[in-house]
Amino acid sequence: MKSPVTVALVGNPNAGSTSLFNALTGAQSAVANYPRVTTSLTAREVTHRGVTLRIVDVPGFFSTSSQSPEEKVGCDYIHGEEPDIIVNVLDAGHLDRSLFLTTQLIETGLPRITVLNMMDEVRRAGIRIDTALLASALGSPVVETCALKKEGIDALLDAVAAMASTTPAAAPLRLHYDSHLEGAIERVQQHLSKLHPQELSPVRSRWLAIKMLEGDDEVLRHESNHVELVEEIKGEQTALAHEHDEDTAGLLASARFAFANGLLREARQQEGDPTAGFKLTRILDDFFLNRTLGLPLLLGILWVMFETTFSLGAIPTDWIKAGVEVSTELVDKTLPEGMFHDLVVNGVMAGVGGTIVFLPNIVILFFFMAILSGTGYLARASFLMDRVMHHFGLHGTTLIPMVAGFGCNVPAVMATRVITNKRARLIAMLIAPFMNCSARLPVFILFAGAFFTDIAGTVVFAMYMLSLVAAMLSAVLLNRIIPGSGGDAFVMELPPYRLPTLHSVLHHMWDSAQGFVAKVTGVILVGSIVIWFLQEFPRDITYSQDFETVIAEQTALPDSPEKETALKTLKSAQAQEKLEKSYLGRSAIAVAPLFEPLGFSWRDSAAIMTGFVAKEVVVATYAVIYAQEKGSEELTETLKNAMPPATAIAFMIFTLLYAPCLSTIAIIGKEAQSWRWAGFSVAYSLTFAWLLALAASRIGGTFL
Amino acid sequence: MKQYGQIDKVTLADLRPDQQGEIVKIETEDGVFKRRMQSLGVVSGAAVTLDRSAPLGDPRIYSLMGYSLGLRNAEARQIHIRICIK
Ligand SMILES: Nc1nc2c(ncn2[C@@H]2O[C@H](COP(=O)(O)OP(=O)(O)OP(=O)(O)O)[C@@H](O)[C@H]2O)c(=O)[nH]1
Ligand SMILES: [Mg+2]
Repeated sequence: MKSPVTVALVGNPNAGSTSLFNALTGAQSAVANYPRVTTSLTAREVTHRGVTLRIVDVPGFFSTSSQSPEEKVGCDYIHGEEPDIIVNVLDAGHLDRSLFLTTQLIETGLPRITVLNMMDEVRRAGIRIDTALLASALGSPVVETCALKKEGIDALLDAVAAMASTTPAAAPLRLHYDSHLEGAIERVQQHLSKLHPQELSPVRSRWLAIKMLEGDDEVLRHESNHVELVEEIKGEQTALAHEHDEDTAGLLASARFAFANGLLREARQQEGDPTAGFKLTRILDDFFLNRTLGLPLLLGILWVMFETTFSLGAIPTDWIKAGVEVSTELVDKTLPEGMFHDLVVNGVMAGVGGTIVFLPNIVILFFFMAILSGTGYLARASFLMDRVMHHFGLHGTTLIPMVAGFGCNVPAVMATRVITNKRARLIAMLIAPFMNCSARLPVFILFAGAFFTDIAGTVVFAMYMLSLVAAMLSAVLLNRIIPGSGGDAFVMELPPYRLPTLHSVLHHMWDSAQGFVAKVTGVILVGSIVIWFLQEFPRDITYSQDFETVIAEQTALPDSPEKETALKTLKSAQAQEKLEKSYLGRSAIAVAPLFEPLGFSWRDSAAIMTGFVAKEVVVATYAVIYAQEKGSEELTETLKNAMPPATAIAFMIFTLLYAPCLSTIAIIGKEAQSWRWAGFSVAYSLTFAWLLALAASRIGGTFL
Repeated sequence: MKQYGQIDKVTLADLRPDQQGEIVKIETEDGVFKRRMQSLGVVSGAAVTLDRSAPLGDPRIYSLMGYSLGLRNAEARQIHIRICIK
């Protein structure tokens, strides 16, 4: 026996392959209730009854001869890798559609196990399936599962282990077509056997013949040097089309569906009300997809999401803030005065403490994202928005990567793989960085809280809407400048509404919390230290006036209120000049002219520059600069006095739109397979951000 | 190229909520799209109904093979059907 035995989970998109994969292997791969969440192969090993199994989660697809790029990974895997055992995952509630793929898998001749997943839904709908009959008709063991509740997992593993230790049946099942098709298949098969004598088993040559008649480009290309064969196939196809007024692929598809239909008529029984099945979905869709209410509801849901993220998050944020304050004070008192003290208190504690307070907001945001994608609402949202997005040259399904972008732009760029058309995908990839990722959220919460305290939640919501608008406008522009045409069909299967499991929602939140803490203790910590050193050095500054002497003179004067103010002004002027002449100040002042039209000070420029690494660093930079300069004053208060509201808006807009962070630039380069596009993304977003921020500061300046 | 009788052809985009349709054929130059539709159950003889339309009447959700399929009207117009009154 081979070890490990490769077991591929193959099924339609959204059939539950990944849920099953997680249940089988204990992995935590992403699961959501819309098709094509999984876009690449994932493998894990498990041992069951002494058999080592290498289980592979294959991205879902509908047909093995599909030429759609989003289904290619799955198709290519079946053609190229030839797993030892195929576990064909079927959504048992949608057997009429999913048995199509099964009929194709039968023809590969590979050992198969048929899994009827989502059995809980089927039972609830009062449907009974005769598994024994299915097993004999499909020529494979049939296992019923509910991946969600981890039911039937052991039975499945048993079946896999049993199959791994037996030799497959000599004559696997064969599907019969009508006489015209069978005649054509046989003739092509004979031709193939002549071309490749002894190489091809009968099963294999029949499979190849069917694929070629179906018009599978991949297989045809492989045989393209056999001109006669290709000619013969074309001849057969023409003859068949003449006979049936339908292309060969259509004939084969009809036959496959007819087989499924006939089988299900025998093997499936409806007990009770047949409409009971997805009744809840229908009721919910009457509401969420209502022609007048649908779009306002979508907006309302998003508003509630961001408002709650802000307002509910504020409560635990206050606790963390209090904790940070207490510990900062403690460290402040215990450490002896000096450079190390300043580094820890004004660098590390200010930077890390100033950022970690946003943890609750991030976790709440991810809670909502888990609900949106886990219930199936996201698929509805893309349906509702398709028409609007179409106007901007985008595709409804682009909404899925865009909403994913609210979490993080990196998976958003990867999620553009759901888009079939290559050019449309590139455009989606280039607009993805405009999506307001959770790294930018701290900036908006800080600024909105400081400048627009009463309507902070709505301002945060507005920033998200602006990110959508910016993405749409960019799409229009990119559609003009990128050559080619983007005609992509909107084809989307809408899954029934499902309740996400508590476990998956909690996992989502836990994951985001871990990710954020890792970032704070990683890039933010290092960033804060670096920024502190940059603003502290060099130390041998020649000041414009002799502060030491002037301050000493002032101190010697008799005590009076005037003396206090004068001293304070002097000290703050000294601190400011020190900062301006530090490395950080000097480099920020060097680029400051660029930002002057937007009304940004050199401190803002410094924050922007550091934000290139990761946008959370923006807040950390402010925290460090102001901690050193102003001491323990509340960051919000300091900020409020540092700029007018119009500039604050311009700054928020600039932060929202300017260059993607390093990880996003890297992933764009990788996914677009071109560093040129990654570079373009940086240059384009900088220009766009600058122009929009300028407009905002001008317009805001006249109104506020 | 205009064919005689083409004007009379009924497509999926003409289907009304109170009607039931039966797929006749997919008429398109786009082979990938055709293949995709075929693998989703859009094959001749399949029964189809209109479930609902998006706010602006496009795209629409159809019900076939026991599931819901969202399609734009531009695509639906390439799918020829026969209308049977429910
Ligand atoms: N009720 C029920 N829901 C399930 C079951 N298995 C999976 N689901 C849900 O079905 C949806 C799709 O599950 P996934 O595991 O992401 O499906 P997939 O086949 O990996 O889908 P893609 O990777 O997106 O193509 C999720 O909402 C799951 O929670 C099940 O046995 N019963
Ligand atoms: Mg998956």
